[in-house]
Amino acid sequence: MATTKPPLGFWGRLADNDVAHSFLTTPSAMIAAGIAVLCIGAALLAPLIAPFNPFDPSQISLWDGKLPPAWIEGGQAQYLLGTDNQGRDMLSTILYGGRLSIIVGLAAVCLGMVLGVVLGVISGYFGGTVDSIIMRAADVQLTIPGILLAILINGVGRAVLPLEMRDEFAIYVVIVAIGLTDWPQFARVVRGATMVEVSKEYVQAARVIDLPGWMIMVRHILPNVMRPVLVLATIGLALAVIAEATLSFLGQGIPPTTPSLGTLIRVGNEFLFSGLWWITFFPAIALVVLVFSVNLLGDWMRDALNPKLR
Amino acid sequence: MFALIVRRLLQSILVMASVSVISFSLFNFVGDPVNNMVGQDATREDRVRIRQELGLDDPIIVQYGRFLGNAIQGDFGLSYRIKRPVDQLIAERLPATLELVFVSALIALGFGITAGVYTGIQRNSWASRLVLSGSLIGVSLPTFIIGIGLIYLFAVHLRWLPSSGRGGVIDLGGWKTSLLTIDGWRSIILPAITLSLFQMTIILRLVRAEMLEVMQADFIKFARARGLSERAINFSHALKNTLVPVVTIIGINIGGLIAFSVITETVFQWPGTGLMFIQSVDFVDVPIMSAYLCFVALVFVVVNLVVDILYFVIDPRIRLGAK
Repeated sequence: MATTKPPLGFWGRLADNDVAHSFLTTPSAMIAAGIAVLCIGAALLAPLIAPFNPFDPSQISLWDGKLPPAWIEGGQAQYLLGTDNQGRDMLSTILYGGRLSIIVGLAAVCLGMVLGVVLGVISGYFGGTVDSIIMRAADVQLTIPGILLAILINGVGRAVLPLEMRDEFAIYVVIVAIGLTDWPQFARVVRGATMVEVSKEYVQAARVIDLPGWMIMVRHILPNVMRPVLVLATIGLALAVIAEATLSFLGQGIPPTTPSLGTLIRVGNEFLFSGLWWITFFPAIALVVLVFSVNLLGDWMRDALNPKLR
Repeated sequence: MFALIVRRLLQSILVMASVSVISFSLFNFVGDPVNNMVGQDATREDRVRIRQELGLDDPIIVQYGRFLGNAIQGDFGLSYRIKRPVDQLIAERLPATLELVFVSALIALGFGITAGVYTGIQRNSWASRLVLSGSLIGVSLPTFIIGIGLIYLFAVHLRWLPSSGRGGVIDLGGWKTSLLTIDGWRSIILPAITLSLFQMTIILRLVRAEMLEVMQADFIKFARARGLSERAINFSHALKNTLVPVVTIIGINIGGLIAFSVITETVFQWPGTGLMFIQSVDFVDVPIMSAYLCFVALVFVVVNLVVDILYFVIDPRIRLGAK
């Protein structure tokens, strides 16, 4: 006897699978996702919701510089989190800075992911010499700690550019530097998953009907190896945001004219000794909350999407 | 076993060879070495002469061979900025970095293993839960934020400890140590804690996971049945069997500590090799960049090799399985 289910709508179908069920029954995942969405949403909508535009000189006055947060004596209500040394509203600079950090993080992860997935699938599908070369390259790269490599690639990238273009292209250099350090993780996982898939019958069937290799890789293998990639990408986003902040903090990343969270922390750090703690503190909190929520989300995804990775 | 060690050794050599190619190509990609050595007003003839003296007109493979030969002897040429041999500069700054890494490793291992064992045995106590949630935050906090926080709290607010530098230094036959002065110890506390925190959380989590697994094993049940004391079970039976992964972690730990010392040294203006590296990147001082890259890769390769060999010594199963 067949049990008939009422047909599900779009949202019903979305909620009716193991991943969604795990999500809806894990409070920490829901809270983390909520905070992450809030952070990312607020940052991406920065131009709309920020009370000031920190890049518009007409809205900045040096007279309002170094004001403490609104609830401390001397603070002004219009500058909720105080102002920095140049008189920019902290809340607005954090929103704009967060936007930059998230964009750089996402772009870097995408670059690393595309590179890693492509090389991983090729490596796992063809095997042999191609596989050895790609995997040895990954091994070599993993010998050097990621952040060092990012600093190095970033430094070389900056040095190659002419002086006047450095600030303008700093963002792209940082994205490439972080993306290039990211790929081996993706490549390793995807290669392993591809090797499992290649031995399965559906791939053999596709080979029998003489599909070209690239089509088997793109249409048949790729969709089946994407689950662990999603997990890695989420955790990778947190790591990329930290890497960007670290580079910027070391003075190697995004320039102070268009600050990211890391740049803000670096600039604020110089005022720490004069007691102006809020210039560093609030960007740091924003960064930590962002990274922490994305990390929690990644933790949950690892459990929900792929119990084997645990 | 011998074959395996030879294979690992070959792999290490391959890694070092690749790194040396990257180091070498830095010289050619980044700027013109001649420009970095002569002043603005050098004549054309001078430049041509220097190019020839440096052998920059030779085929690239000959240049690489020369670079490799020098690098193996530790000779990376003169720093563009400071005009002194790079190996000397690194040797001068190495003690500061190694002392920092050493103290951090002690802190990370000491606290990490103790807390790991505790949370593994008392898995449901509130203290364990507190430590574990704390460790999750520790993973999410970037190193430099921990450093800034500690500086603000202990150096700016409480004024207990210095925020930068190395304090008093005593010269022990070329090795300048700060571990023999009170001032030096006061200076090393904050950077060492900053550097150790991330590694500590990883060690803690690993030891805890291993303890939980080992405590389920039959030989622990048997030890209980024999009526051994809780203490004997925990320390001489359980902890001993968690050591294999801990050795791996110590290996990775040392490498990671050296890598992250770049950040910690910048935050605390600690005069070590990491700070020198960042400054060299700022000034595009290629010889230092290239030498530092080779140095870090060498440390990693050697540590990994030693860890692999230690496996054989510690765990008989691997030794027998490799036959």
